[in-house]
Amino acid sequence: MAKNTIELKIKRQDGPNVAARWEEFSIPYKPNTNIISALMEVRRHPYTVQGQKTTPPVWDANCLEEVCGACSMIINGKVRQACSALVDHLEQPIALEPMTKFPLVRDLVVDRRRMFDALKRMHAWIPIDGTYNLGPGPRVDPNMQAGAYSLARCMTCGCCLEVCPQVTPTSKFIGAAAISQVRLFNMHPTGKMHARERLEALMGEGGLQDCGNAQNCVHACPKEIPLTESIAAMGRETTAYVLKRLFGG
Amino acid sequence: MAARPKTIVVGGGLAGLMAVIKIAEAGIPVQIFSFVPVKRSHSVCAQGGINASVNTKGEGDSPQIHFYETVKGGDFLANQPLAKGMCEAAPGIVYLLDRMGVPFNRTPEGLLDFRGFGGTLYSRTAFAGATTGQQLLYALDEQVRKYEAEELVEKYEYWEFLSIVKDSEGACRGIAAQDLRTMEIRVFPADAVCLATGGNGVIYGKSTLSMVCTGSAASAVYQQGAIHANGEFIQVHPTAIPGEDKHRLMSESARAEGGRMWVPRDGKPWYFLEEKYPRYKNLVPRDIATREIYHVCRVLKLGVDGKDMVYLDLSHIPAETLNRKLGGILEIYEKFVGDDPRKVPMKVFPSIHYSMGGLWIDYEADGSGNIVAGSPRNHQTNIPGLFAAGEVDYEYHGANRLGANSLLSCFYGGMLAGPAMVSYAKGLERSCDAVPASVFEAERKRQEEACGRIFALSGTENPFVLHQELGEVMTDNVAVVRYNDKLQAADNAILAFMDRWKCIDIHDASTWANQAVSFTRQLWNMLELARVITLGALRRDESRGSHYKPDFPERNDGAWLKTTLATWTPSGPEFRYAPVDISLLKPEARKY
Repeated sequence: MAKNTIELKIKRQDGPNVAARWEEFSIPYKPNTNIISALMEVRRHPYTVQGQKTTPPVWDANCLEEVCGACSMIINGKVRQACSALVDHLEQPIALEPMTKFPLVRDLVVDRRRMFDALKRMHAWIPIDGTYNLGPGPRVDPNMQAGAYSLARCMTCGCCLEVCPQVTPTSKFIGAAAISQVRLFNMHPTGKMHARERLEALMGEGGLQDCGNAQNCVHACPKEIPLTESIAAMGRETTAYVLKRLFGG
Repeated sequence: MAARPKTIVVGGGLAGLMAVIKIAEAGIPVQIFSFVPVKRSHSVCAQGGINASVNTKGEGDSPQIHFYETVKGGDFLANQPLAKGMCEAAPGIVYLLDRMGVPFNRTPEGLLDFRGFGGTLYSRTAFAGATTGQQLLYALDEQVRKYEAEELVEKYEYWEFLSIVKDSEGACRGIAAQDLRTMEIRVFPADAVCLATGGNGVIYGKSTLSMVCTGSAASAVYQQGAIHANGEFIQVHPTAIPGEDKHRLMSESARAEGGRMWVPRDGKPWYFLEEKYPRYKNLVPRDIATREIYHVCRVLKLGVDGKDMVYLDLSHIPAETLNRKLGGILEIYEKFVGDDPRKVPMKVFPSIHYSMGGLWIDYEADGSGNIVAGSPRNHQTNIPGLFAAGEVDYEYHGANRLGANSLLSCFYGGMLAGPAMVSYAKGLERSCDAVPASVFEAERKRQEEACGRIFALSGTENPFVLHQELGEVMTDNVAVVRYNDKLQAADNAILAFMDRWKCIDIHDASTWANQAVSFTRQLWNMLELARVITLGALRRDESRGSHYKPDFPERNDGAWLKTTLATWTPSGPEFRYAPVDISLLKPEARKY
């Protein structure tokens, strides 16, 4: 049977300290619509299914190609990017909720600052001598490049933190994304020279030892980053580092 | 002059972050303002790669050839010294990015790999899969994070740039910006300010651009006296997947890796680009490929299934090669369309993609056409102390940009703008701290009042509907094929939208994270800029690069080899023209 409408349920919350409410919307059906297009349609006609005038829903989005990481939200109970969530693949009414592990800003927008702070704590960069012309970089094995590239696609979207039982709004755990970034920088020929700083940070508060091995992260990652492999690899690397520190060598 | 100048960069894409790195490297503190966390900037959408004539494939490529092809690709409208400087710096830039850890694809020997791209027959494009822009942006984001940890860089994310603060002499002395959560408006003094706020494709409604690319910041400073140049030159990319929310880019690298464009004709595939351009085949520059697709679909009516659609076919290429070199875009096609491009041809159509025009900027070159490093004139707008870099400026690409030159120009622009800001700030007689507080307070008040007027809008129009209508008018009349009567009609329509803007119902009185207010402000700025694009196109009676008028089908160097300069007045843009610096390469017919 041809569908004529798309039915949406959006969890609305005007700010961090006010109660949430659900609002329902019905918009005309179009093939190949994603959740962002549906939200845009609601914004063009911000009236609930009961005909009540409301505020245009507020959400985060930018690239709409699943490379910027902005539009993560919970769609029919599953955390994912709203841009790549196609209406035709979703059961209706489609429920949209904000992620729960980050401070709520408004409606579907949350504050993921903790993820960027974690990258800062983990020294997630390659230290270079300067931006002057210092000639070519190190030669890199094409296989190592392929491995690095698969980790480097992390867009800090927060899906892995959202599904992690060890991450709560108050816990300090940095989550799989930042752990995997340590692995990325520690495998680079230059990054390797400073691996110790990152391993020290990774063994600090909220670091690797807080991982409970639930393995939800790897299934939630929209970029199919091998997060559990990264966690295991960092487990081995920190162990080796501790032993080396204890016994010298 | 204070020992430590204050600097501000607005926009956290490739150009902005590179400017920030250059300033911080000089030991000078910098504040960066961005609408989104900088890691989510539009640079992530660049797919195919970054050009640099490193010549590792024994083809005899050189920066001089890159320069020539860039200028020819731009139909000779680019000022040549900057384009030359960019092409000469390119190999060093790619090496630097490599040192920063960008996971560029490699040859079996472990060297950087390069592929072909549009408008060239050389393998000149370094790439990281098909998400090169994302990988480059991340590398700069990481370097900036290092400076942030050292407290040289201070980030203001989820802040919207509103305006510059001008002193009594008309120099830029800081900015006014709004916290997009608390909606608080504040002013920030600075000795030098750089806008690196990207393109303006969102004026066309649906484009390949990200949602933040409204051109609002550029429009705001244009309305404060900054000159906007060559606005009429808008690149329409030949291959995108049409969508309801945006058109998703299918990188030119698909054709560089062997992708073929065709439509069925008399029951057989017709490779229309290969037939007409036997040398460059599917890799003619974008403006040409786009016009050919329009011709096939609109004039010959040979689009796939009779629709505005042609095939981009990769299905003859081994899946392993595709995965390694184009994985990112195959994933986009699979996720958003549902078909596997390894097996079936992709269906694509041209989409608004890039603005060659933008804020006018200066540069300083010596007698041989070499850019003077560190000159405060480099990338400075006509407003003293205000700089611009990246897609928001008008330089480098002339009338049409070559593929994989945008990441390069962003990077190079940031590399010039940062040191120029430092030189300018250090050369000031009076620092921004010496500017009377009343100057800043007046601008803050002006912005508060403007914001108050938006909050008070209580008519019947919906701002998002108005934007959709604007996009349709611009796409129908001010895109690939342009006629003067239609351009005039489009300007009339924009004027009508401006009237309707005043009758918006804001629908949201909240003083917390109010996106409707922010969008409505940007919509007005889009309307102002839409007039610059449309009227600039109306006046330019010739065809050059992306600007094509069937009634004036030839390039006319005698009358139109000149830069369009638009200045804001209350009754609309006022136009003047300036000569183009063609001191290094003589204009010639543009043949492929």
